[in-house]
Formats: sequence, structure tokens, C-alpha cells
Amino acid sequence: MFKPLGDSAVLVQLGDKIDSAINQRVHALNALLQKNSIAGIVETVPAYCTLLIHYDPLILTFDQVKRWVRDEMTQLADSFHRTPRRLEIPIRYGGASGLDLETVAAAKNISIADVIRIHSEREYTVYMMGFTPGFPYLGTLDERLSMLRMESPRTLVKAGSVAIGGSQTGIYPLDSPGGWHLIGWTPLKLFDPTRESPFLFAPGDVINFIPFADDHA
Amino acid sequence: MLEVLEVSGLVTFQDSGRHGFASFGVPTSGPMDWFAHHAANSLVGNSTNSTVIEIGLGEAVFRAKRNCVLVVTGAGYEVLNYVWTFPLWTSFFVRAGWIVHIKKISGGNWAYLACAGGFEVDSILDSHSTYLRGVLGDSIHAGDILQTGKPSNELLKLAAQNFPVKKYMVYSQSPVIEVIEGPQKDRFTEQGNQTFLNSEYTLSTSFDRMGYRLEGNPVTHSAGADLISEGMTMGSVQIPANGQPIVMMADAPTTGGYPKIANVVKASLPLLAQCETGVSKIKFKEITVEEAQIKYKKISEVFAKHPVGKISEVL
Repeated sequence: MFKPLGDSAVLVQLGDKIDSAINQRVHALNALLQKNSIAGIVETVPAYCTLLIHYDPLILTFDQVKRWVRDEMTQLADSFHRTPRRLEIPIRYGGASGLDLETVAAAKNISIADVIRIHSEREYTVYMMGFTPGFPYLGTLDERLSMLRMESPRTLVKAGSVAIGGSQTGIYPLDSPGGWHLIGWTPLKLFDPTRESPFLFAPGDVINFIPFADDHA
Repeated sequence: MLEVLEVSGLVTFQDSGRHGFASFGVPTSGPMDWFAHHAANSLVGNSTNSTVIEIGLGEAVFRAKRNCVLVVTGAGYEVLNYVWTFPLWTSFFVRAGWIVHIKKISGGNWAYLACAGGFEVDSILDSHSTYLRGVLGDSIHAGDILQTGKPSNELLKLAAQNFPVKKYMVYSQSPVIEVIEGPQKDRFTEQGNQTFLNSEYTLSTSFDRMGYRLEGNPVTHSAGADLISEGMTMGSVQIPANGQPIVMMADAPTTGGYPKIANVVKASLPLLAQCETGVSKIKFKEITVEEAQIKYKKISEVFAKHPVGKISEVL
């Protein structure tokens, strides 16, 4: 369950698949460790079924970090409950920033209205963040919308684009290259380093998409 | 205060890195060669975390606007001041108006220019490190005027300090890079693990602050190259489907989806960072976490124990 990742990080493995219950446990452990942090812990990175703990090897050893996490985990089993933050995200489906909406509908043999309904009626968890600063990996996507990534990624995807990749959906925080299928756009700014809270999302948040129409698009 | 006259390649400000935002997908950044970065700061009396200029894959020319003390550390560069050459790893006094040229030669990729007092740069997400892909900071351009802080001592006392670099770090183009076995070691065949540890690799032309792609005998997976994405660090050695190792470097994404066969230890990262394309012959050697941490502590002591900026006096 505990493996070293080099001389300054410990990987805690809580499962081996993309699964909501396992991911909840990752976020619960992460919240607990942040609450009860000790000197020498640099930061933690929750992912689907793992938690990576970066530490300063001038202060802590691998065994000390392992012991700390193991002790904290005994509390996790019974007493610790985490209430996730919930966020509503306005989304405009289709249009100039949802270029692949029709492609997705055609590939899945459903109507555009169905794609919008299926995508927006479910709530998603921010399973993890990565790729670029502020990018949320949201799951789990309804199987009926699951799409393989594009064979050749676009060189430029506009910030705010909402996209589908595999069994996940996500939002591009910055203008960047991207290989996911673009279905819509949100006006919200996911990342702004000058803001007091630079990131709109945090790992473990729960979000709902609220569709809106914009005739000026 | 320095004026930038010419610049090419990848020239950025770097402190010791951006911590606390990896869970939001923000890479640590910081120097490619932490040892040279820390040494540069120590030599001019700065704290080791101070902001320096990293010069990579190109070169830079500066003009001093005021008297100052500078130092250049790293590998693969020389420092020219008109007809003179200043040695690396030795601080030197520069009079207002003098021109300093940090010129690329062979033997490495990255140089670190520190100024007594440090460079004053805006902090973004609690760090002065530039992360170009994430638009955190900007690279340094010709015409920029770079502000510097107040030196910690009189300039003449900070000049002519040198660092016994070979005692701590032996830069080489045929280095033995020490690694700790990776969390997915069992995702490779026995043969694959042997290949990784017993072959010689070269650095491909595809390398930057994010990662170094190596070339050599392919490492064979036993269970495919797809991994559910998980956190990784600078030094993580990922093996994609083609079996050619990719070592993640300073601007590494916070997470990755290829199995990690090994992780380069902190003490070896500077050696790998300074390996040159087409020249270097890289071998890997496995050590334990305990051994790696002892080595790292031993190197770090030179920065922690001695009064900063007086390294040559106490050694």
C-alpha cells in the first residue's frame, strides 16, 4: 500500500481502478492528512485511487511518513466524514466552443439534445486535477457519451472549453493544446493567479452543469 | 540592476520551486540543477531559495547598471567579460557598465546566474519560478531591466568566493544515475527491469524543462503501458508503449499515466540535467531510499552548515 516514489515522496495506493468509492476514500484521507499535517510534509496530490505525499527528506524519513499516514488511516475507517463542496457551472453547449457536439451525437447515434441532457443531468466529482493548472478530471461520465480521445490533438483549445475524453469530462482552464472532444463552454474562469482563490475547483469537489443559451455566440 | 542585451534559448527566473499547488495541477518548477542553483546563491551571500536566472539551451549577455557581484554556476557555459574569462563557481565583482556574456560551450545544458542581493521578481502562487506552459511568469527578453535586492554584505567581501564543486558533484557525460525502484517495477518483465539497469541510454533531441526522452534498448512491459493517472515527481522515469524511458524534470506535470520503473534520486538529478544530446552515455544504478537520503543530506549540509557566502573560507 505504501511505496516510495524516489527519496522525497510516498505513494499511497487505495485501489486499482477508477471508482467513485475508492476516490472518495482518497479525498477523505487527503483532507484528514491536511488537517493533521506534520513538519516536513511538503504537499499531497490526490488522484483516482492514489495519494502522493511529497516530503522533505532533510526532515522526515520514508518510514516516518509511512507511520504517520498509517496512524491517521485508523481514524479514517470509522469517524471521518468529509462533506464535499458543491458548485454549479453554467455551460453553453455547442457553438464555436463546442465544435464536436455534433460529432459526439453522430458517433453515439443519439440526438444533440440527448447529448446535452445526458451530460448535464448527472453530478460529477473532481476526481483529480492535472494536465495544466486548474484542469479538473470529472467523473464518471455516462457510458452513452464515452468517446476515445482524438487521434490528433488540436493545437489550440480555448480556455473554458468543456470536453469529453474517455469516460471523463473536463474543462480547459487555459488556452492550450487538447485531445478531448469539445462540446461546450463555460464563462467561468477556472484559474486566475491574481485572484484570492486562484483555482475555481479543488480535488474532491462535486459539480453540476447548468445549461444556458447565448444567442450572441 | 542588470540590463539584458541579448538572449537566446530558454532563459527564466527560478527560485527553489513552487510548492503547495501540485494538487491543483501546478508543477513545482524551480531549477533543473538544484545543486548549481543553491551554490550560486550561497556564493554571493543569498539564501539558497533566492531567485536566480537559469540559462538553458542558449546564451545571454547582460550589462551591469551598477556595481555588483555575480556568479555563474552549472555546466556547459563560460563567462566572458570583454577579453577575460571568469571561471564558473567563483563570484566576481562587476563595475557599472561592464558587459558579461554567458556563452554556451560543451559539457552541459544549464547555467545559473546569481547576483548578490538576488533578483526581484513578482511572486505568483508563492513562488518566483517561471513556468512558461502555465503562463506563470515570462521568459527574460532583450531590453529587460532586471531589479536586484540589497546584498547581504559589502560587495568586495562577497567577490572571489569559490566553491569546491568536485567535492560534492562530479558532472560527467557518462554518469551513473542512481535511482530508487519505481512503484510499478512489477509492471515490467524481469528482462525489462534488467535492460533498464544494464543498458546505456543517450539523451534524444526531445528534451526540455518538462522531461528528458532517452534512447536505447527498449524496456518491455509485462502488463501494458496504460496506468490510471497518479502523482509523480521530478526524476520519475516513465516508460511509454515504445519502451523508451522519459525522465520527468523540473516542469513535470503533477500526474502521469505511464508506469514508472524507477525514480532518479535528488543527488543524481543535477548530473542527469546536465547530460547533453548526442554526447552523453547514461547508466542507471539502483540504491535504497535510505542510501539516497544519506547522500542528499551530505550534499545539502554544505548549504546548511556553513555561513552563507563564506563557503571558501570554511572548507
